[in-house]
Amino acid sequence: MNDNNVSSKRRSLLKGAAGAAGLAATGILHAPAVIAQPARLKVGLMLPYTGTYAALGNAITNAFKLYIAEKGGKVGGREIEYVVLDDESEPAKGVDNANRIVNRDKVDVLVGTVHSGVQAGMVKVSRESGVLSIIPNAGFGAATGQLCAPNIFRSSFSNWQTIHPLGKVMMEKGHKSCVWISWKYAAGEEMFGGFKEGYEKVGGKIVKEMWLPFPNVEFQALLTEIAAAKPDAVACFFAGGGAVKFVKDYDAAGLKGKIPLYGNGFVTDGTLQAQGSSAQGLLTTLHYADGLEFPKDKTFRLAYAKAYKLQPDVYAVQGYDAAQMLDVGLSAAKGDIKAQKQIVAAIEKATIDSPRGRFTISRAHNPVQDIYLRQVVGESNKFVGIAWKNLSDPARGCSMA
Amino acid sequence: MDPAIFLIQLLNSLQYGLLLFLVASGLTLIFGIMGIINLAHGSFYMIGAYLAFSLTAAVGNFWLALFLGVLLSVALGLALEWLLIQRLYHRDHLYQVLLTYGLILIFEEARSLIWGDDVHGVQVPEFLNFSIPLTETLSYQVYRVVMSGICLLLAAAMYFLIQRTRLGMMIRAGATNREMVQALGINIGLLYRLVFALGIALAAFAGMLGSPISSVYPGMGNQVLIVSFVVVVIGGIGSVRGALVAALLIGIADTFGKVLVPQIAGMTAYLLMAAVLLWRPEGLFKRA
Repeated sequence: MNDNNVSSKRRSLLKGAAGAAGLAATGILHAPAVIAQPARLKVGLMLPYTGTYAALGNAITNAFKLYIAEKGGKVGGREIEYVVLDDESEPAKGVDNANRIVNRDKVDVLVGTVHSGVQAGMVKVSRESGVLSIIPNAGFGAATGQLCAPNIFRSSFSNWQTIHPLGKVMMEKGHKSCVWISWKYAAGEEMFGGFKEGYEKVGGKIVKEMWLPFPNVEFQALLTEIAAAKPDAVACFFAGGGAVKFVKDYDAAGLKGKIPLYGNGFVTDGTLQAQGSSAQGLLTTLHYADGLEFPKDKTFRLAYAKAYKLQPDVYAVQGYDAAQMLDVGLSAAKGDIKAQKQIVAAIEKATIDSPRGRFTISRAHNPVQDIYLRQVVGESNKFVGIAWKNLSDPARGCSMA
Repeated sequence: MDPAIFLIQLLNSLQYGLLLFLVASGLTLIFGIMGIINLAHGSFYMIGAYLAFSLTAAVGNFWLALFLGVLLSVALGLALEWLLIQRLYHRDHLYQVLLTYGLILIFEEARSLIWGDDVHGVQVPEFLNFSIPLTETLSYQVYRVVMSGICLLLAAAMYFLIQRTRLGMMIRAGATNREMVQALGINIGLLYRLVFALGIALAAFAGMLGSPISSVYPGMGNQVLIVSFVVVVIGGIGSVRGALVAALLIGIADTFGKVLVPQIAGMTAYLLMAAVLLWRPEGLFKRA
């Protein structure tokens, strides 16, 4: 990965030099006055490159750079220069790291991050400094809620959004009562809020809430409780190693065939190889799926696979769209990062042609997007249908909404 | 609580506690006998799990992979003791903490380079891959029962080794008075090297044995490390018997904590530790 970064940086530098020379020559011929070649646009990528979320940080970075490369290394006519910082998914260092990249490295645009706790620190710095910021993953509600700001956008999802449609799906399958299980931490609680609202609105009843301390993976005690409670279904949110273990334990405890398990897409995304047969048939909701028939998705998948010898995932899509949003804004302002009003207005009005399908941006700056119902088939999360068309986060507490 | 469910939860506690014991016993040996604070102990648990993942894929048999994995981890333990740890016996604990913390970072990075950052799973051996129905809705995975059996066997073997063999006698003597043992003509350096390798192998073995029911993922050692230290402190530093009792107590506290007092489930192990330390500041079984 590091080698890749270095070499791609070197390549884009070379390309940049050649491009700049060409532009300067034509510019002098056509421009009435001699205009200095604009400085390169500094894009700060503050993402996890080590630790549990390293794979996510790399996917976002890869796809972001892929889009920029497709545009010849430029947005709004300006060459891009990357400043990369590993945030290690370490919330304690969130504010310091964000300050470093914004105030010391003086980036023009801040892209990041994955972990909601780190994002909380970054949002603070973004609000104080006014730097144009795009969040390519963290679903932390307040970023486009109470803490929303004109200069902060999100290309991914809000936690609420990904799981809100699940209740309706479960009701349609005839599950009138369920047990909820997740980790007790900020994201888990936000997911629960979104799920509860959606499920209770259609008449569902959550008979029991079960919580584990994050990131504890000893599920056996609670699985025993689930078996004793015998609900119609179980709804859950876990991610990464915890999701793998939960789905496997659920199956091994003999619950899989008896009490259906539902969750949002993070339970089965990037984990299917490890979950094996235990995950087969699970239904989940998310803003991306395998087998979407959009032409944009096909070209994106091909290009990504060709560039990185890897299949893209939902995180890559979000990174790609972060770059698209930046392009839309900067192109409207003709590369002038100081014209923030113009940039913001352009992104707000845009329809982003994402591999996940077209989406628009809400007034709170979160995507208004379709949430898909997917089913695990083999090692893919196959598209089954649209669980909720054009879902917008309620953006509670946001003064712009 | 329904009596049947109560018994099942007790079984869950036992199974978790026994696996915990396997990790913690290595830690308590290294800490209690050699006086080394090994912060990297959790990393060996993680390495064990990754070894199980790779070796099972390579040789196609989980048990053979376990055997090879143990050999590799013993070799790793011997090499580390020879290369690094033996320089720390006469140093302050702070140096040990620094070195072993450094090892955590090195192992994490090496893990990332060798295996990447994805989550992996290990298949339960075919002939154990079934569950016994306990209630109408709940089954118990046979592998979990077998795993607990293996842990119990190892606990008995360790007890025998330390209490009933000449080697065990030397180890115990070395823990009490290093210089005197040396003066009696016993190669204490070699003895320590063996103890260290044994401790590492126990942690790695726990990681391997647990890998089919847990999953294999980055940073998996850190959680285990903290709770293992709690086990060592509750049980009394250096006491293998104490580690067994403490691990089982924590298994019970954790399992029933999650069910009965979910609001403070994250704290039950620490509350237990605080209570035990108030009552017996040196832990349940102080090494004689």
